[in-house]
Amino acid sequence: MGEGRVPWRLGVPAAVGAAFLILPMAGLLARAPWARMGSLLGDDGTLTALRLTLVTSGAAVVAVVVLGTPLAYVLARSSLRGTAALRGALLVSLVLPPVVVGVALLAAFGRSSVIGSWLEGSLGVTLPFTTAAVVMSHTFVALPFYVLAVEGSLRTVDPEYDIAAEVLGADRWTTFTRVTLPMALPGVLAGTALAWARSIGEFGATITFAGNYPGRTQTFPLAIYGSLQSDTDTAIGLSVLLMIASVSVLVVLRHRWLTGLVR
Amino acid sequence: MGSRRLLAGGLTLAVTALPLVAGCSGSEARATVTVLAASSLEGSFRALGEQFEEEHSGVSVTVVLGSSATLAEQVVQGAPGDVLATADERTMRSAEAEALDPHEFTSNELVLAVPADNPAGVRRLSDLDHADVNFVVCVPDAPCGALAEQALAGVQRQPRSLEIDVRAVLTKLEAGEADAGLVYRTDVVSSRGQVEGIPLEEPVTTTYWISVLEGAAEPSLAQDFVDFVESEEGQSILAQQGFTPHG
Repeated sequence: MGEGRVPWRLGVPAAVGAAFLILPMAGLLARAPWARMGSLLGDDGTLTALRLTLVTSGAAVVAVVVLGTPLAYVLARSSLRGTAALRGALLVSLVLPPVVVGVALLAAFGRSSVIGSWLEGSLGVTLPFTTAAVVMSHTFVALPFYVLAVEGSLRTVDPEYDIAAEVLGADRWTTFTRVTLPMALPGVLAGTALAWARSIGEFGATITFAGNYPGRTQTFPLAIYGSLQSDTDTAIGLSVLLMIASVSVLVVLRHRWLTGLVR
Repeated sequence: MGSRRLLAGGLTLAVTALPLVAGCSGSEARATVTVLAASSLEGSFRALGEQFEEEHSGVSVTVVLGSSATLAEQVVQGAPGDVLATADERTMRSAEAEALDPHEFTSNELVLAVPADNPAGVRRLSDLDHADVNFVVCVPDAPCGALAEQALAGVQRQPRSLEIDVRAVLTKLEAGEADAGLVYRTDVVSSRGQVEGIPLEEPVTTTYWISVLEGAAEPSLAQDFVDFVESEEGQSILAQQGFTPHG
């Protein structure tokens, strides 16, 4: 038995697994209306959904990085007793089904909730079914992925460097920004890409909390869902576009200059 | 290797830049009327919207489609919108607090629909009781679902699937995923031959209701749109799709 030879008891299920993953994607590509792709991409509705998706995902990624980096730091470095509970909450939010996230956001920020009714009463602001609601949904689902990626990366940074920095006179904020964070950068970049990919594909929480309003909350996945009702070919074409965009994110992520920045 | 990555990166950037560039060109409408419409109104309200835009320059009509029950619930939850059009009275009443002036504007009829080639040979409602016939209807909360329950009073078997709105039922039939379903006459018209409609022995109808909403961002334009829907021109557009004119 040489190295690299896979026993058939493993090889056969592996082949079945691979086929199960590849066949649907190949089916999409095979049934795509390639002749119509140009007009599909130029369609007003498609462009609106695409623009909205990029804007909301961009905003969500910014929110995720701003909120998630400190969260990851607390989880990785803090010795407070509450961090175990915090990690528990993070893991729960990670496995929460997206539609449940949507219902939860409605329960917390909807008109009949404490926060929602206060917002409407004193500021005249309703959150559900607005573009802000889309950003909130995306942030919620993407945040756990980012925090876990960055926390993992922070843990690999030797605390000895922190001590060395403090001995040399740096305060804790400078130590974080000039020593710890740069060393954890691969995890931060990977987490950002992961968060962005998760955000672009977000559907269940968005349609529940933000609704399906063209131009305001109808992101690309929601537009695909809507087009399923009227024209399956359009839905397949749009799905292929989204698949290409997601694959591009992965390919760019693996690019040498992404990791080259760190060295 | 590097050039391939660069190509992929360039592709991503191009896809990113395209909508931003496309958004800059073209004039922006000065005002937008947001119409929340039952999904069975898709064809007619899109046509009405286009006609309204032609007659009112600088105005753009955005049609938001969904199940009447979902839209009414969202309105109660504070969803933005200028006009609400539902497929029955019950769903309009559920949004009573937000509907300023609800009234009927057209009606529709439920029909038994089958894919064009009628693989299961369904000709009447009682055929749905056969063991190998798969039929789909809407969820009971939706107007088409409530009507379907009424129509299926004499049928013992359960539907294969409950769809969120009538367009989903139609899509299943068009794709041949179901042998039969209960949709509106207007849906059969809009499918252009992909499904065949069989009138029910005892007609089952529903009236559609429309209202300007309390939180409307454009109340006077919203009223103009409602007036347009009820005008002769609007009613003829609805009639072309298979709706029964009102009044």
